[in-house]
Amino acid sequence: MTSSALFHASGIGKHYAGPVLQHIDLTLHAGEVLALTGENGAGKSTLSKIIAGLVDPSSGVMLLDGKDYRPENRKSAEQQGVRMVLQELGLIPTLTVAENLLLDRLPHRGGFIRKHELLALAFDQMKTIGLGHIDPDTPVSQLGIGHQQMVEIARNLVGNCKVLILDEPSAMLTDREVEHLFEQIGKLKARGVGIIYISHRLDELTKIADRVTVLRDGHLIETLPMASTSQDEIVRLMVGKDVQESLDRPRRPVDGVALTLNRLSRGQSVRDVSLTLHKGEILGVAGLVGSGRTELLRLIFGADRSDQGDIHLTDKVLPARHSPADAVKAGIGLVTEDRKAQGLLLSQSIRVNATIANLGDVSIRSWLQTAKEMNIVNRMRDLLGIRSQSIEQTTGELSGGNQQKVVFARWIHRNCDILLLDEPTRGVDIGARADIYQEMDNMAASGKALLMVSSDLRELMTVCDRIAVMSAGKLVTILERGQWSQQSLLEAAFSEYSSVQVTEDVSH
Amino acid sequence: MYPINQIRESLMTTQHHSTNALRSIKHQFGDYLGLMIALLLMIGLFSYLSQYFLSLDTFTTIANEIPAVAVTAVGMTFILIIGGIDLSVGSVMALASAVAGIAMLQWHWSLLPAVGLAMLTGLLTGLVNGAISVGWRLPSFIVTLGMLEVARGGAYIATDSKTQYIGGAIDWLSAPVAGQLSPSFFIAIAIVIIAQIVLVKTVFGRYMVGIGTNEEAIRLAGVDPRPVKIAVFAITGLLAGLAGIMQASRLEAADPNAGIGAELVVIAAVVIGGTSLMGGRGSVANTFLGVLLISVLEAGLAQIGASEPTKRIITGCVIIVAVVLDMYRERRRNRRSH
Repeated sequence: MTSSALFHASGIGKHYAGPVLQHIDLTLHAGEVLALTGENGAGKSTLSKIIAGLVDPSSGVMLLDGKDYRPENRKSAEQQGVRMVLQELGLIPTLTVAENLLLDRLPHRGGFIRKHELLALAFDQMKTIGLGHIDPDTPVSQLGIGHQQMVEIARNLVGNCKVLILDEPSAMLTDREVEHLFEQIGKLKARGVGIIYISHRLDELTKIADRVTVLRDGHLIETLPMASTSQDEIVRLMVGKDVQESLDRPRRPVDGVALTLNRLSRGQSVRDVSLTLHKGEILGVAGLVGSGRTELLRLIFGADRSDQGDIHLTDKVLPARHSPADAVKAGIGLVTEDRKAQGLLLSQSIRVNATIANLGDVSIRSWLQTAKEMNIVNRMRDLLGIRSQSIEQTTGELSGGNQQKVVFARWIHRNCDILLLDEPTRGVDIGARADIYQEMDNMAASGKALLMVSSDLRELMTVCDRIAVMSAGKLVTILERGQWSQQSLLEAAFSEYSSVQVTEDVSH
Repeated sequence: MYPINQIRESLMTTQHHSTNALRSIKHQFGDYLGLMIALLLMIGLFSYLSQYFLSLDTFTTIANEIPAVAVTAVGMTFILIIGGIDLSVGSVMALASAVAGIAMLQWHWSLLPAVGLAMLTGLLTGLVNGAISVGWRLPSFIVTLGMLEVARGGAYIATDSKTQYIGGAIDWLSAPVAGQLSPSFFIAIAIVIIAQIVLVKTVFGRYMVGIGTNEEAIRLAGVDPRPVKIAVFAITGLLAGLAGIMQASRLEAADPNAGIGAELVVIAAVVIGGTSLMGGRGSVANTFLGVLLISVLEAGLAQIGASEPTKRIITGCVIIVAVVLDMYRERRRNRRSH
């Protein structure tokens, strides 16, 4: 590790509706790996995107090689030697590996590509990252996802690269590929490249990182040398203080079983999940992004097909390959994670959106009874406090919170027995959030069963009676109100990610 | 909440409702208004340019010419609303009239069953279009492009590639009954009215708009979009079949070349009527105004002696201008409501 700072950021802040990052001071030395970790939404991605020029900071200054560094966009950051490998692959699947690698500087003569030169250049670049065995003339779509990730990394390892940011690079890699990746990271370190490595996988960080920076709620909590820091300590730093006041609320009374999942599975995303949901309770689902929470809800709702397992309701079993229409008929509703793409008809009115799941109720022999419909929707608008000019206002014009209330109105109108909620308060302001919690409380009190996914642990701990924790597709534990702490929930959420490697280390 | 607040709020909401009702009427009227004005301007312009234009004759001619395009455009409006397109309607018109021709000429069927068979043929092509594009999740553009060729080929085979003269047996649809107007015209008007009611007043219509707006959201609201989509294609096929009969009736013959390029005229009329190619927005009533606009333009240009190439250039420009204007109107509406 050299003593001079390669990259330095001070006082970085970012505000959207509220502050996302505040007063971040960060130093990266040449030839070191700095791990960046923290809970979902702690600000890791925003910070790295600011460094890579994808997001403008609201405040703060950055220095690169001691000089003022203020990238206007990703391209200008790359020209100055700061590159980021994003979680979403940026490769063009129909082009070959070589074409992807050299897309912005294809060797050509008079507009015609010099293929031999292209392949030779690409081969050299692939070899440096240990992928010499892949033919650079292969279309990217024919590579496995792990190799694609490696190509993406190779693309960023061009000559002038000084700072390389890797965002969850191992998420899709096999252990062998991860080892390869670590080898390459080692070589880059030797070349003096500074690496910022973002990951949830703490044992990975222990292997690769020199120092670790923990973020929480947009604040930089601490930067520690990796060698002298335990995983427990990192988790403790990520969690911060436990919130106590929410813990003393009594558990809601339950009244029989509403839903039982029996070994429900889909590929690697949901593995053997069994659980029981009771009438009158709110069961939370915690876990890291990508741990299979959304996928679980989609399986229950029939939005995706399960490989195996079955779903029992109070008085029936859902058919093996049920559709969302079957689920709704059986009394299940889903509040989707992405309400704009999957929930709302944005260009349609509140009225149309609110009744679409239960048009039978506002029609007689398939003729819409508009007066009745307006009546019902107006009542729901007042009940839920949907702020709008009228029920004829298009939902695309509403705030996030009011949009979410419209989605709630839809399922209240449908009067479903089981409501699946995926991040129901994401992008919802605090006022509307309280209304939504209140409504969830009312639904539970009237005997509905609610299954709620959230990345906000404090929210889950406040609202839920029990919390199931998913990790790497498995449901690892269900904690009762009073048993949980942020620490125990987070540990459970991380558990499968480290144990996978631990068990494999043992088997070697 | 304090009762006084509740009362105040309920007062406010009722106020909202009444102003809103007014606004929605204005909105609705505003929707027709633009096209109405354009239509009147055009009539004014042609009346100014040609002393013969503004006469009962002109308008009865137009009225008797439009039914085939109008009924097909009704189906096309539905299709565009669900976010699809049907390029096969012109060929299906020809196929349906050919089938009616064979039934009457070779099998000596009487008119009504022959018409029934022709419409059934249209319905079937539509069903196939819908089932294939829905079943395999293919873009309807490609599927109906295939059907365009298949149906046209079918029409040639059925007619032996020659215009089959049917004669007076089929002409009652286009023979004047009330004033100078034909039964075809009244049927077309009835279909336009019924379709507009179906679109605005029925669950089916609501689903169509929903599917065109966001099919995934509709699916996740527990509504299976597939039967609705197939039905829309089937209806369009049926209406194209009816249009084929209307055309055959005017010609008193089954012409295998009938309706070549009709799909483009129909799509143009629908788009001029403000229906979005992206789905989720459209009105049958406006489509009808779009059909009128194009017919008046054609009749007017013919009246002032414009040559065929000039007519096509001007018609093309009008289509583009209409769509540009519609886009501005839509944008302004979106901005206003923000």
